[in-house]
Amino acid sequence: MRISGYHHCESIPHGQHGFHKQHRSSIDLRIALFITCLADNYFPRSGIAVVKILEYLGHEVIFPRIQTCCGQPMYNNGYRKEACQLARRMIKLFRDCEIVTTPSGSCASLVHDAYPQLFTEGTQDHEAAVGLAKNTYEFVSLLKDVLDVDLTQLGARWEGIATYHYSCHLRHIISQADVERLLNNIEGLEYRQIESADQCCGFGGTFSLHYPDLSGSMVREKVRNIAETGAETLICHDNGCTMNIAGACRRQNVAIRIISPSELFAESLGLLERGAEL
Amino acid sequence: MSQDTSSESHSLHLLNPPLPFDMKLRMQQTTENDGSVQRIQNTARTKFAQREKSYTEAFGDRQTDVKTLAGQIKQHTLDHLDQYLEQFIQSATKSGMKVHLARDAAQARKICLNIAQSHGCKCCIKSKSMVTEEIQLLSALESGGIETYETDLGEFIVQLDGDAPSHIVTPVIHKDRESIARTFRQKLGAETTSDPEDLTEVARQYLRNVYRKADLGISGANFLVADTGTIVLCTNEGNGRFVTEVPPVHIVVAGIEKVIPRINDLSLLLKLLARSSTGQPLTVYTSLINGPTQHGDPVSTHEINVILLDNGRSNLLPAPTRSLLRCIRCGACLNACPVFRHAGGGHAYGSVYSGPIGSAITPLMRGVSNYSDLPKASSLCGSCHQVCPVNINLPQQLINLRQEAVTQQIPSRLESLIYRLFALCLRYPFLYRATSYFNKLFTRLGGISTGAHDQFSNRKWVKHAPWLFRHWTTCRDLPTPTSKNFQHWWILRNRGSSS
Ligand code: SF4
Repeated sequence: MRISGYHHCESIPHGQHGFHKQHRSSIDLRIALFITCLADNYFPRSGIAVVKILEYLGHEVIFPRIQTCCGQPMYNNGYRKEACQLARRMIKLFRDCEIVTTPSGSCASLVHDAYPQLFTEGTQDHEAAVGLAKNTYEFVSLLKDVLDVDLTQLGARWEGIATYHYSCHLRHIISQADVERLLNNIEGLEYRQIESADQCCGFGGTFSLHYPDLSGSMVREKVRNIAETGAETLICHDNGCTMNIAGACRRQNVAIRIISPSELFAESLGLLERGAEL
Repeated sequence: MSQDTSSESHSLHLLNPPLPFDMKLRMQQTTENDGSVQRIQNTARTKFAQREKSYTEAFGDRQTDVKTLAGQIKQHTLDHLDQYLEQFIQSATKSGMKVHLARDAAQARKICLNIAQSHGCKCCIKSKSMVTEEIQLLSALESGGIETYETDLGEFIVQLDGDAPSHIVTPVIHKDRESIARTFRQKLGAETTSDPEDLTEVARQYLRNVYRKADLGISGANFLVADTGTIVLCTNEGNGRFVTEVPPVHIVVAGIEKVIPRINDLSLLLKLLARSSTGQPLTVYTSLINGPTQHGDPVSTHEINVILLDNGRSNLLPAPTRSLLRCIRCGACLNACPVFRHAGGGHAYGSVYSGPIGSAITPLMRGVSNYSDLPKASSLCGSCHQVCPVNINLPQQLINLRQEAVTQQIPSRLESLIYRLFALCLRYPFLYRATSYFNKLFTRLGGISTGAHDQFSNRKWVKHAPWLFRHWTTCRDLPTPTSKNFQHWWILRNRGSSS
């Protein structure tokens, strides 16, 4: 039997990214996965979790294998032309997909905010960029806003003390309180909030290479605050932040397991085995 | 008060460094000092929290609406800046003020000096104003033989010390009480403890005597109201009133972006300004100056001069950067910015305007190639945008500046080459896969394994990365890719399911 967490289809948020309200007759969706270059190579488990959860909920996942990177490093560092080329590629690749999901908040926000303004208004490219922006969802926001997943109802269970790092790029995507609500719906999970939880961890892509002292001082503060929670597991909501925080935890000898929200959800639903170390 | 030349040049150097400005070098100096980073952290954090609280209390869940509206008011003004400036000039002139236009700092200084000299002024008092810091007005007056006194407590301390403001609202955010007390003892011969009240009292006593002899008052302006010609000044210490009312001559120096259309727009902006700066509902004193007092008044300011300053602001007027001129200098983005707090405050920015707004406007006002370090000094976390009362998208502006730097070929050849090659690899799946593969191969060479058996979580950690990545490993380990990537998993799985 397939269990679907998709109850009705009225709940796609309006406004912020110009999402349309959509009405569907079928409850099984075809969802395209944009894995992102970082998750593909460094955090495959977070992507595996996404696939397992979506399939568990009864949806079909498609994965265009020729995908690469959204162009965020180029865009953020001022290489607009190169970013444009990669954006065009992405847009073409996912043109026919009604829903695209990605485990990365920063890549999703690049698609939402930057793609449309990379192209002149009124052009076909621009229209297509706006289209992709509307159809792209960060994975947790997809669960919450589109699929309307109720973890309690699905019997999610995960024993342990966990804390959560809210990534800066999620600001326009999902609120910290919303994610915390999801975490609290998992039975057995004791949630502890990080002091100054909404503070940047200091990653910032190449910022961490340009200003290692600043970035280091920021991440040390973050690690201190994480350690103070006494949690055994950190749910880290962006792979960039994970690289940074995990590296700093190791350097500071703070032993903590770091996983993405998708991994947590998959573990809590029994779809992934718990215990793999970062 | 005259400073010795060495300290004066120190303060000038802080805000007007040799160009191109080297932020990293500067940060070494700003962060080495005895706990100033921690102090700045604490103060900025407190202010950030106060802002948050007062916003929630006042505006509830309509915060975004309020900020959008304020942004629109300022944006509208800037879209018709010529018109509103003209209207302001007319209204102000009608109510008896003299309005001067200054293209740059030198011209503004000259106008000030001329006014002062034509009235034979000998002693100038000044309330807090960043724009006068920007044009280094006081040192110009000093060299014209006029004694100058800062009257805002923070700026007074900065002046005594030959230091420079490190925050646009809280100029001495980098100093501790003990060092202030030491300065007062040394420079004023005052016997004082480091208790804030004692310190304030010392400054107050000292300044009382100064107020009596002052014959020139200089202030900035928070807003210039076009329809009424009103100058709006927000202060918390009451010194602003002395400055604007006691001496017979008052000079207002204000950037051209300070103008707002109507007196009716003021209420919203005032509400936002104080809340954003300090969490107060309003500043303790809000002066609305509508022209010089009439003859016959016992205490009277006979003359008010308004200097409207451009000094690079019109560089920001083109559409993509115009929104930056909405800034009302509330300082909220500085307090919210983790980079500002960890970099040791405003001195790290080599300009009077620091924090995210400084990083965005300084390069535009003083040259992108001179200040190319600033736009890079941001993790683009967006908390500045979130707190800005006039809704300026600062991270986007910083990205735009990085683009401008690339256009002007400011990054090194090597850097540009790497980005372009990287982008090329990402455009072709086979190159992407090859890059991923070699990246994995090479980084894992030097890594220490964590011993996870699952090939999708088995990674290694590098303690000392070479070349470009060496900076990463100064403060954290570098993870390597896992033994197998997601693409592998997908292929394996599909193979499994089809067999
Ligand atoms: S940019 Fe916005 S937050 Fe920063 S000082 Fe200006 S008005 Fe305040």
